[in-house]
Amino acid sequence: MAKHHVQTTINGDPIEFLCDTEETLLDVLRNQLNMTGTKEGCSTGDCGACSVTVDNRLVCSCLMLGVEANGKKIGTIEGLASGDKLHPLQQKFLEHAALQCGVCTPGFLVASKALLEKNSNPTETEVRYWLAGNLCRCTGYDKIVRAVMDAAHEIRSA
Amino acid sequence: MTSPPFRYARATSVDNAIAKGICNGSAFIAGGTDLLQLWKAGVTAPAEVVDISRLPLSEIDCSNDTLTIGALARLSSVAAHRDVAMHHPLIADTILASASGQIRNMATVGGNLLQRTRCVYFRGQDVPCNKRQPGSGCGARDGVSRQAALFGTSAACVATNASDLAVVLIALDAEINIQGGAGARRVCLSELYRLPGDTPAQDTTLVAGDLITGVIVRNVARFAGRMTYLKVRDRASFEFAVVSVAAALHIENGVIVESRLVAGGIAPLPWRLTQSETMLLGKVPSDAVFVAAGDLAIQGAQPLSENGFKIELLRNSVFRALQTIGGAS
Ligand SMILES: Cc1cc2nc3c(=O)[nH]c(=O)nc-3n(C[C@H](O)[C@H](O)[C@H](O)COP(=O)(O)OP(=O)(O)OC[C@H]3O[C@@H](n4cnc5c(N)ncnc54)[C@H](O)[C@@H]3O)c2cc1C
Ligand code: SF4
Ligand code: FES
Ligand code: FES
Repeated sequence: MAKHHVQTTINGDPIEFLCDTEETLLDVLRNQLNMTGTKEGCSTGDCGACSVTVDNRLVCSCLMLGVEANGKKIGTIEGLASGDKLHPLQQKFLEHAALQCGVCTPGFLVASKALLEKNSNPTETEVRYWLAGNLCRCTGYDKIVRAVMDAAHEIRSA
Repeated sequence: MTSPPFRYARATSVDNAIAKGICNGSAFIAGGTDLLQLWKAGVTAPAEVVDISRLPLSEIDCSNDTLTIGALARLSSVAAHRDVAMHHPLIADTILASASGQIRNMATVGGNLLQRTRCVYFRGQDVPCNKRQPGSGCGARDGVSRQAALFGTSAACVATNASDLAVVLIALDAEINIQGGAGARRVCLSELYRLPGDTPAQDTTLVAGDLITGVIVRNVARFAGRMTYLKVRDRASFEFAVVSVAAALHIENGVIVESRLVAGGIAPLPWRLTQSETMLLGKVPSDAVFVAAGDLAIQGAQPLSENGFKIELLRNSVFRALQTIGGAS
């Protein structure tokens, strides 16, 4: 079957790719564009490891087709750090030891960034509610929530 | 990738979508959150996926106590809409109690109403399921039946409908606009769903090519301040309902003059508790009256081996929902 030609912007860069209809955006990112920061946990929308933003909306890339991304602005974990400088969220995840195996971490970071862009001063409840779509089976959520609260504080006072 | 390939076409207009949708083996994709899951699980294998997500059907408008929601409005956009949050908090709250932020950003209203059952046999492989594979038997009936329905079941299928929004919209007498090969029509949302009977593969009354274009909710001001959706689930967020109850009361001079009670998680479609509704009419709200409404709600329940607990849960949920909204104002 003919491949589809898709034009997108990923983390600010114009990116074109060819994909089969049945490739998800997650497949395309990982297998074609070598952007393996975005993880596959469940592939059914349950875990949030594959979280990316599409036109600034946080979504699960495992439940979106690559072809559906045509003309859209995608944001992935690779867009968080600037060069060697970690994003404050990444830095705080390290400081708070908010990860163990790390498979869920990119999803949490992308989701947390989307939250802080909407709400720079979330309450703990708001953080927990927002991150309900991201599952972690190692760390427990307390350290993650604390890291996000701390990063929010740092970004506000920067 | 083991799931079968399909063709992809982006619908250019509503008419174009309908023309493509009528073709054998085609399936609309809106948010894709259910369709792609089912495709990955091997439950559905469309020959062509018709992308309707870019059609101009995502407007949300609220005026003169009439709310219209385009079928392609994302759940998160509906919940965040100022007028919905202000005038239809029940709808906003119900959406925010559904799925996760990520899924709500993708999922559309039309897709939510058409999502298929969460029955584990239906979504599983190599297990019998008459809905997935007609004639193969019903795995749930004599197997893991915790999820199964109490009402409206048939020998062929005991699955429940999983949409939270549908329960609330039916309580509010919502209508839907449909366009299809035979033209446009408007029906009550309750007429969208059908009982399984001998043909559980068919969930709805839609025919090939039918496109839901919007949802209309009218005249709910009479229930203002007296509407609630109680969702009982296995964990506090990001989970489907085990049992849920949408309740609305219109109270005048201390007497109930109108009531709506619809339950989720216990039937193949949002289950209107007509007996309880009728009994409440003319009554002065009290715990005793609400207990009686709960008792009536469970009459005729047909439990299987593992879902009997839902009977008491339903009775108590009806009571609690009514108690929440039925107090003196
Ligand atoms: C992890 C997870 C958790 C969830 N939790 C909940 C929950 O708690 N409560 C709840 O209610 N739901 C829940 N859902 C279900 C979710 O809400 C639905 O999957 C979603 O609403 C479907 O919408 P969609 O636009 O993605 O539909 P799609 O997957 O695009 O489509 C679903 C079906 O509807 C058809 N369709 C779509 N739009 C139209 C239209 N306009 N006209 C005609 N046919 C159409 C498609 O052909 C397809 O058959 C959950 C889903 C996931 C993945
Ligand atoms: S209850 Fe319905 S959906 Fe579930 S296994 Fe039986 S036939 Fe299939
Ligand atoms: S991999 Fe997409 S939600 Fe789990
Ligand atoms: S750190 Fe392992 S899943 Fe979260």
